[in-house]
Amino acid sequence: MKRHLLEASDLDRADATLVLDTAAQIESALAGREVKKLPTLRGRTVVNLFFEDSTRTRISFELAAKRLSADVINFSAKGSSVSKGESLKDTALTLEAMGADGIVVRHGASGAPHRLATWVQGSVVNAGDGTHEHPTQALLDAYTIRRRLGRLEGVTVVLTGDVLHSRVARSNVWLLHTLGAEVTLVAPPTLLPVGVGSWPVSVSYDLDAVLPHADVVMMLRVQAERMNASFFPSAREYSRRYGLDPDRMARMADHAIVMHPGPMNRGMEIAAEVADSPRSTIVEQVGNGVSVRMAVLYLLLGGPA
Amino acid sequence: MTVLLKNVRPYGEDAVDVLIKDGVIASIGESLSVSGAQVVDGTGLIALPGLVDLHTHLREPGREDTETVLTGSRAAALGGYTAVHAMANTDPVADTAGVVEQVWRLGRDAGLVDVVPVGAVTVGLGGTQLAELGAMADSAATVRVFSDDGHCVSDPALMRRALEYVKALDGVVAQHAEEPRLTVGAQMHEGDRSARLGLTGWPAVAEEAIIARDVLLAEHVGARLHVCHVSSAGSVELIRWAKSRGVQVTAEVTPHHLLLTDACAEGYDATFKVNPPLRTAEDVAALRAGLADGTIDAVATDHAPHAGEDKECEWSAARPGMLGLEQALSVVVDTMVDTGLLTWREVAMRMSVRPAQIGRLSHQGRPIAVGEPANLVLLDPTARATVDPAALASKSRNSPYVGRELPARVVHTLLRGELSVLDGKVQK
Amino acid sequence: MAPPSTLPTGVPGDLPDPASGGVQQLLSADDVTRVVDRIAHQLIERAASSTSSGDGLADLVLIGIPTRGAPLARRLAARIQAFTGAWVDVGTVDITLYRDDLRTRGVRALEDTRLPDAGIDGRLVVLVDDVLFSGRSVRAALDGLRDVGRPRAVQLAVLVDRGHRELPIKADFVGKNVPTARSQQVKVRLVEVDGVDGVTITGGADQ
Repeated sequence: MKRHLLEASDLDRADATLVLDTAAQIESALAGREVKKLPTLRGRTVVNLFFEDSTRTRISFELAAKRLSADVINFSAKGSSVSKGESLKDTALTLEAMGADGIVVRHGASGAPHRLATWVQGSVVNAGDGTHEHPTQALLDAYTIRRRLGRLEGVTVVLTGDVLHSRVARSNVWLLHTLGAEVTLVAPPTLLPVGVGSWPVSVSYDLDAVLPHADVVMMLRVQAERMNASFFPSAREYSRRYGLDPDRMARMADHAIVMHPGPMNRGMEIAAEVADSPRSTIVEQVGNGVSVRMAVLYLLLGGPA
Repeated sequence: MTVLLKNVRPYGEDAVDVLIKDGVIASIGESLSVSGAQVVDGTGLIALPGLVDLHTHLREPGREDTETVLTGSRAAALGGYTAVHAMANTDPVADTAGVVEQVWRLGRDAGLVDVVPVGAVTVGLGGTQLAELGAMADSAATVRVFSDDGHCVSDPALMRRALEYVKALDGVVAQHAEEPRLTVGAQMHEGDRSARLGLTGWPAVAEEAIIARDVLLAEHVGARLHVCHVSSAGSVELIRWAKSRGVQVTAEVTPHHLLLTDACAEGYDATFKVNPPLRTAEDVAALRAGLADGTIDAVATDHAPHAGEDKECEWSAARPGMLGLEQALSVVVDTMVDTGLLTWREVAMRMSVRPAQIGRLSHQGRPIAVGEPANLVLLDPTARATVDPAALASKSRNSPYVGRELPARVVHTLLRGELSVLDGKVQK
Repeated sequence: MAPPSTLPTGVPGDLPDPASGGVQQLLSADDVTRVVDRIAHQLIERAASSTSSGDGLADLVLIGIPTRGAPLARRLAARIQAFTGAWVDVGTVDITLYRDDLRTRGVRALEDTRLPDAGIDGRLVVLVDDVLFSGRSVRAALDGLRDVGRPRAVQLAVLVDRGHRELPIKADFVGKNVPTARSQQVKVRLVEVDGVDGVTITGGADQ
């Protein structure tokens, strides 16, 4: 595996499968235990460098690192030297001087983790950069699909929502493709990037047409404010044409599952009853996230420095 | 002051000696010798008229931490330039006779190249009110090129008025073509790569739509128009069409747009962030073809120094712009001469003669002939060197060519018969 | 060089010749079967004598250390069942995440950890492995068990003990004691993993 995990294409098929298998082994190793702790990363320091607010992802990484006995330092932009104008580079050099072995970074600018990686010796894990990628989210999504459906090869995954601004969409497109799944993107034309024709996906503007053939329906978050830049006329029209409501869910295949990376805009892209139904993997995605992130940290930091 | 250049090849043709007296070419012949002359051995060197840049940012007044008229002049002279047009987006903006005269004076004091200030089209580059173009034209700086570069004159009514007004001044409006409402938050060329990299796209149509509008306006009011830093194949086609209709439009292309593509954005190194952005290989090919067939009249560097902290950061926080003065000629040799697209005479046209004509500089871009001002550059076409950031004369370091091996080396530069650069070293 | 003589040999007269440098068979497939049966009998005896209630086999848990310790543990359980009619609980504990040499040797893929539903608390756990060498794998297995529960006691059964301990660890049940040179390699093959049973030793004098 490469030294950093910055984007889904950093993992080839063997690497990605290794991460999923390792996550499964870790999950079963810890199952039913009282002491959910492994000594593997003892003495390693993992820094959570979060320039964007995100309680859920940060806690997930924190738990993952702590369960592997690593020392964890949480650094959030608010109230730190960053809010006083310290640059990304200076922050990186400070962490480097403190000897961070792993840096988990979430930043509002696409490519920030790539720049960070040029200034530090440790391993950088991208926890979400701008509208670019969120590779561990895609890994936990793939893990969830594999666990629920038993496989990934040939699975039809329909990704619906604001693809243009979604880092989760990008990571999922590339990772699912690497793992042999078939991806279809569904969105209004305004929310699909100009270059999408070069991606290994099918594209549709019609959610109803593709739903019956889907094994997985993954809903992406859509911000209602996008209508102010005319990406769609109103929240009402968006949700009517692209929202997953109970009627649409009823037209899905019996075995098909519903996923969402969170946080959800209930009523916008997904109805409450859908989010809470047994088809929905939304809650287990969170638990799977810890196992997957433990696997990533182990594989990147467990070996020689 | 008498200088004797021995064995130089004007326009890459046969070797001759060139005698310069009191700033003028006094004679050209074989085996000249004159007592008391400073002799410069030009064996193996090609002589071209001193290069003229239509588009440079010297950052003074306002951002002297990144470049000054003096350091920029040094970089220009080392690049073989004898005249540069200093863009108006300084702080304060060069929208009055006072500021343009200040810049002009700083250039004269540095004494290495002719610094020709560009006047802003609108007050404060705000795009709403015409600046006192006449006062700037009548000032000691004799401004003829007007530009809001950095910003587009996007209001079509105002652009029309500006095009009309400068007719009385024998001036030209140099447009930075970018429809601002199509480039909100834009970071790089809009295409396959921007989709994958998660960076907001800067579509070529934002440039082309303005060019299409402006050439029609220029035609309608019978004015000259100059298009800055053309970056797309579509723009080249529009200019070619406009010229075929007789529109008085001229255009420039930067060295970096002749060489680099949006592939440079992979890895998010903001050294390669520039406005207009680097585009695709197809665009590069069209720009080279356009420069070769004369649709694009000139190479202009758009030399844009930036402080380290404005480049060594995340892409979206970085300022756009690249250095260009010192490597411009080498890049043109690499992309246009070594590929057989331009002869040395044509290089002289694109980098000296046409820019001087567009800028109305009567003493620059002249032929290498007896009686003409001795503004010359002598280059070694066989040299190859890797660009070393520590060796750059600019105060800034944001060159996209760092670590790249480029052909051709400027050895000597003469400004009105005085050596501004001797053996690759600035003389002041 | 002379082989180290720290341990008594299990079967007399078959010390491998260090000077030969080739591959020598230590145990044939039949030998392996016999040795496994012998250990199974020893386990049955130990279990019977270890509890006052007399139901020692219910108290016994065989935990194999992957890779080959796992099928070995299952085989032992099958032989115990064949001899006594009673099924003994079997499990595996992956030691990869507890290894002390990750930093030097690098990360590797994980193996299965599977524990019996009844757990290990208060029971007699017998760790099962193919070769006992430095003792570090056993030490890692002990660390792994510690986070899972608290056995009454932990013992160790190995097919081959080749000496060169680096930790104060000893096996309670040994199939064969084989004195070796450090540079030699002892290879256990099992049908479940390698398609054939056998134990070989490779290599000659120290490099």
